[in-house]
Amino acid sequence: MSKQLFYEDVGVGTEVTPLVKHPTTQQLVKWAGASEDFYQIHYDKDFAQANGLPGVIVHGRLKAAFLGQLVVDWIGEQGVLKELSCTYRAMDVPGEDLTCKGKVTKKYVENDEHCVACEIWVENAKGEKTTQGMAVARLPSKG
Amino acid sequence: MPEGSAITEEMRRAVGVEKATPIAIEKRMIKRFVEAIEDPNPLWQDEEYAKKTQYGGTIAPPMLFVASMMSGTEVRPDVPNPFQKMLDGGGKWEFFQPVRPGDVITATGKLADLREREGKLGKMVYWMFEITHKNQRGELVSRARSTLITY
Repeated sequence: MSKQLFYEDVGVGTEVTPLVKHPTTQQLVKWAGASEDFYQIHYDKDFAQANGLPGVIVHGRLKAAFLGQLVVDWIGEQGVLKELSCTYRAMDVPGEDLTCKGKVTKKYVENDEHCVACEIWVENAKGEKTTQGMAVARLPSKG
Repeated sequence: MPEGSAITEEMRRAVGVEKATPIAIEKRMIKRFVEAIEDPNPLWQDEEYAKKTQYGGTIAPPMLFVASMMSGTEVRPDVPNPFQKMLDGGGKWEFFQPVRPGDVITATGKLADLREREGKLGKMVYWMFEITHKNQRGELVSRARSTLITY
């Protein structure tokens, strides 16, 4: 784990440390089982193609979980994830790198909590944002 | 379908109807979940490490609530759907309290709203679901909003 991040360490525009994921068809099956999502477009190529897709596609919610991991890793053990949201803009296929990224959009103190809001997204190998969202986290303060 | 609308009376009647599902949070479930996303954070599984943190023990990753079993099809009320195909439209998850192995979460889900749009794929219905999660002490631990698109 990286060293602890503090509220004083970040400002608007600070980058969230990127997280690279490489989902495989095996990972999609593990996610299907672990999350109990058995929609066939994520593991049955024939079914996916009959639905007009190029093949099996990465679960949107797996990408949402990757974005959660991105933020939790970045805020460290003393940080607390308060909110995560995302929408899926484009499909991703297994076998390609997905890079989760983020940037601080706001920092503020509310109810004695030191908070940061970030835009977060998943980029495919071509650099296209296929999933976009927001996260809010509480950070420890040095003050 | 009345007047060309894809939203039927039966679908409208489903709005607001709640369904509650108990979910036991177990170490094995957390292990399978973090292995599936390939998240090595010791806070999820390493008791020795977690003991020294603010939590005093392992917790479930907040992303667990993103899983279908916590905030998706598994905990949504059954709704009459006139379409075959579906897309996940995204969601928003709020986290209020840590969840630990041994907790029993009650997920209460409802269809909050229905909207209809005409897109390039034809008629599409947007189903907005809301799910709240309470632990065995009745404390609100998480809230999820998610959109399902059928077409």
